[in-house]
Amino acid sequence: MEATVVKTGTEGKTWGGGNNPLKASYGKMMMWFFILSDSLTFAGFLASYGMSRFKFIDAWPIADEVFTHFPFLHGVEAPMYYVAFMTFILIFSSVTMVLAVDAGQKMQQKKVILYMFLTLLGGFVFLGSQAWEWKTFIKGDYGAVETNGRQILQFLDTDGKRVALADFAAAQTDPRVEHTNESGIWYKSEPEYKTSVSFEQVKEGFLANENLLIRLPNKDENGQHIVLSREESITKLVNDGNLVVEGANLRHNEYGHPLFADFFFFITGFHGFHVSIGVLLNLIVFFNVVIGTYERRGHYEMVEKVGLYWHFVDLVWVFVFTFFYLV
Amino acid sequence: MAHEHKLEIFRGALKFKSNVSKIWGVFILLSIVTIIEVVLGILRPEALVGNKFLAMNLLNWIFIILTIVKAYYITWDFMHMRDETVGLRRAVVWTGVFLIAYIIVLILIEGDYIYEVYKNGFIKFNF
Repeated sequence: MEATVVKTGTEGKTWGGGNNPLKASYGKMMMWFFILSDSLTFAGFLASYGMSRFKFIDAWPIADEVFTHFPFLHGVEAPMYYVAFMTFILIFSSVTMVLAVDAGQKMQQKKVILYMFLTLLGGFVFLGSQAWEWKTFIKGDYGAVETNGRQILQFLDTDGKRVALADFAAAQTDPRVEHTNESGIWYKSEPEYKTSVSFEQVKEGFLANENLLIRLPNKDENGQHIVLSREESITKLVNDGNLVVEGANLRHNEYGHPLFADFFFFITGFHGFHVSIGVLLNLIVFFNVVIGTYERRGHYEMVEKVGLYWHFVDLVWVFVFTFFYLV
Repeated sequence: MAHEHKLEIFRGALKFKSNVSKIWGVFILLSIVTIIEVVLGILRPEALVGNKFLAMNLLNWIFIILTIVKAYYITWDFMHMRDETVGLRRAVVWTGVFLIAYIIVLILIEGDYIYEVYKNGFIKFNF
């Protein structure tokens, strides 16, 4: 038995949606095929992420070391908890969505309003969480040095703890001077990418601090990043060091390979874009439920259709969660 | 209007009384799976990370299998794929599963090949 019935005025006709062997309304069926094609887009993104990761399998950042922050917990290493929280938000908003669909099938307008409202709330909380996640990722925490070969060198003390650049970079030598049109070549402007310390300061500070070591993005056979000895570290930094990197953007990434940041922005960004569209569609349907459009129409199939889209967004997040944060 | 849902999951081993209770049941199932994933992701037990099956460590196998389990229940029960006709279900699911499996296999083999070129060839890190 079909869940909802739409009269299209074409019953009994051969064309124009008359025969329906799939016993789903036109809108619902097309939503399914849209979801199918959209899932192929996401599969393409995730597959290309996998390819880049396989290309640099022994130099890929470890997600547990990158996403260690939780709001209001400064300096506490909390890997996974934040994304787990985001996952639960999305799963729970999926639950309220499917409850709204169920209430819609029973024509309970009040319940649909409540559940749609909770779904919207979950969508907004998820988007806010993602904004915070991006902000933290873009800002970075320890900073690193990029070599001429675009390898990322991170700094450790002899206990194996990460050290922030600001903690050891020399303050006096060659501080970074901001470029202005008056004091330099007039047609050259300050680059977009500014760091708080210069490479010279980092080098000076590193040579002065005996207990600092360098960690390479490359991993040993146990999957841990390789830490150089003091002598090797000095050689590496002095000979190959080129640029200070703080945080991540599309060109530089202090956490490791630049492609990691690129894919992070593209995949979670594309997913976040889908969530925004989902929130917008939910909002439109929510207002229509409130003003009684679907009561008058006699069925709540629109709620089912946006519900399908919303669940799809949740489904994609399940895969993003696995391949970005777990595997 | 009459609405009928298939209220059984686990091939009939668990049957719910109403659609609403089935939704909550599936939510509990998804939560349990997610909690297992998060706990394993934080602990990373040595026995699972160290041992491999078909070139991938056991922990990653567990993650991927649990992800597919979650995807199955979201699609089948939240998106009501269980209640759709066989034709629609196969048109959507088989097409997607086939094409996605295909691209992943091809692309990952290619990525691994490039890794070998980098490793054993004369090419620098940022080739």
